Amino acid sequence: MTDALNPAHPPEPKPVSRNLTRLMRRPELGALTGTILVFLAFGLTAGNSGLFSMAGIANFLQVSAQLGILAAAVALLMIGGEFDLSLGSMIGFASVTIGLCVTQFGLSIPVTVAITFVVAIVVGALNGFLVVRTRLPSFIVTLAGLFILRGLTLAVTRTITGRTQIPYITEGHEGSFVVWLFGGKFGGPVFAWLATHGWIAARPDGSPMVQGLSMSILWWVIVTAFATWLLIKTRFGNWVFAVGGDDRAARNVGVPVDRVKILLFIGTALSATLFAVIQVLESGSADTLRGTQKEFQAIIAAVIGGCLLTGGYGSAIGAMFGALIFGTVEMGIFYTGIDTDWFQVFLGSMLLIAVLVNNYVRRKATEAR
Amino acid sequence: MAEPLIELRNVTRRFGSVTAIRDMSFAAHAGEVHCLLGDNGAGKSTLIKTLSGVHTPSEGQMYVDGKPVTFASPRQALDAGIATVFQDLSMIPLMSITRNFFLGREPLKGAWITKRIDMKRADAIVYEELGKIGINVRDPQQAVGTLSGGERQCVAIARAVYHGARVLILDEPTSALGVHQASIVLRYVAQARQRGLAVIFITHNIHHAYPIGDVFTMLNRGRSLGTFRKSEITEKEVLDMMAGGREIRELQQELERFSKSGSGAEAVS
Ligand SMILES: Nc1ncnc2c1ncn2[C@@H]1O[C@H](COP(=O)(O)OP(=O)(O)O)[C@@H](O)[C@H]1O
Ligand SMILES: [Mg+2]
Repeated sequence: MTDALNPAHPPEPKPVSRNLTRLMRRPELGALTGTILVFLAFGLTAGNSGLFSMAGIANFLQVSAQLGILAAAVALLMIGGEFDLSLGSMIGFASVTIGLCVTQFGLSIPVTVAITFVVAIVVGALNGFLVVRTRLPSFIVTLAGLFILRGLTLAVTRTITGRTQIPYITEGHEGSFVVWLFGGKFGGPVFAWLATHGWIAARPDGSPMVQGLSMSILWWVIVTAFATWLLIKTRFGNWVFAVGGDDRAARNVGVPVDRVKILLFIGTALSATLFAVIQVLESGSADTLRGTQKEFQAIIAAVIGGCLLTGGYGSAIGAMFGALIFGTVEMGIFYTGIDTDWFQVFLGSMLLIAVLVNNYVRRKATEAR
Repeated sequence: MAEPLIELRNVTRRFGSVTAIRDMSFAAHAGEVHCLLGDNGAGKSTLIKTLSGVHTPSEGQMYVDGKPVTFASPRQALDAGIATVFQDLSMIPLMSITRNFFLGREPLKGAWITKRIDMKRADAIVYEELGKIGINVRDPQQAVGTLSGGERQCVAIARAVYHGARVLILDEPTSALGVHQASIVLRYVAQARQRGLAVIFITHNIHHAYPIGDVFTMLNRGRSLGTFRKSEITEKEVLDMMAGGREIRELQQELERFSKSGSGAEAVS
């Protein structure tokens, strides 16, 4: 309408070219490229090692999935401008909470799982509250949390059970719906059908070698989809970007900065707990050392996925690719028989490259044209 | 004269032992550009932060539409129609123009779990609103950081106007801009006045303030040196008062010292 009056106002650009420029500006583009390169590299070198057999795929997807669940929540938190170094300790803490509730207090598994998630909300809220109240860097506050939670986990478990591991948690509950929901497998009938047609490896009795995929993979997809929906589509997501981009500017236009940050910390604690529930119900045992170093791995996956260390930019889909790269390389190195020490070298290099790429992308995204 | 949209009466604001503004009275009227001039540290920012709900007065009272008000947060001031464009704290460079434009006031669609930002509508509004002021963005989803400084200020102002601001407070909107960019912003300020907004325009550049201002208040060390309508004061007089405030006082002190030592000399002889 104003177009006719204002010759300096050109018609809207064609949607096709616009969508292309939008795509080029996406933070996950680097991680997608990285994923393709990793698959190409292993496709060429790991051809017959079994990495790309059904069992191999199920393996690296499961490893990626567990990290990916954490990485999605960590990506949201990092976009919101904060870190959670207590994430790995929270995993251990949640694991023994489950173990103790079931084996010591005789609670049922569904009740235990519910309690553990409530505990996670409390711990996450406490982390967030401390960060927004003290205005200290979350790096420091949650570093304290890392030691406190891990210490508490060890002390309590040793005091009550005299050991640092709690076995036989799921014994007698193998048929339970909740155990299946978090620790089971899905897709069994599909695999059976594929095996009867000889499309995937089968045992002599005709049942498939791979009975199904770990439920963690489904959770990974659900968590990533939810995080992406939140970030891109909702008002909360808009606030997350704003809080991480410039919290004073966000506050000035009325964004409840503290509430957003506290919710994000609750999110990472919940993801750690989901991770713990999955591992405990899959393996049937809890270990006080579960989750060690996961906080760093999740940050690495999120950064590979395009999250800026300074906040305000990133993506949950990117974090998913970051976790996939992580899991594929870890398993790929294992299958191809490369010395696993090289995995650390690879990780460090990936991180460095990702940070450089991200900074470049950020500069491009905000360059005045 | 009509009742002022926003008014401060005898407001003092202290930070510990520092008194940033002292016994200030100040009023802004609809359809007027009220320029606030003063040296660095004069208390301009403190004054507007008080108006916009960032600070509360230590003494004195603020009025909106003649009614006494106390804002506990910038959000409350915003809801009362008082929007502030802070010098560089208003836009988030990495976020898109649309996301910035609607930050804190996102248009939603859908119910409960499917409740989401109506991005299509938001984009269309941004495209149209910016078109009205002659800024053509290629894509409302491009990052604000890709805009020039002047465009960014204009987007911030357009955002405030669109969201129903009645009082528009601009903190040094032109000080970081070149002549051309500054003139774009000033032209837009004039447009906002025409729409009946009360504009409070903070600057220390008299060449930006004088052409557009209707009323001028000069600040010095937390005190008002007086409020003048354009018809009562020339650009040169404003300039003298701004720049002169400090220098004239120094001059006076020097003269006093001179006359004292002069009288001492007389006594000796
Ligand atoms: N938050 C604060 N804490 C302490 N002192 C402040 C604060 N804000 C402003 N001041 C002091 O108040 C005085 C006026 O500052 P300000 O309002 O920023 O002036 P201007 O914007 O005119 O340069 C200065 O002496 C400044 O140091
Ligand atoms: Mg100032």
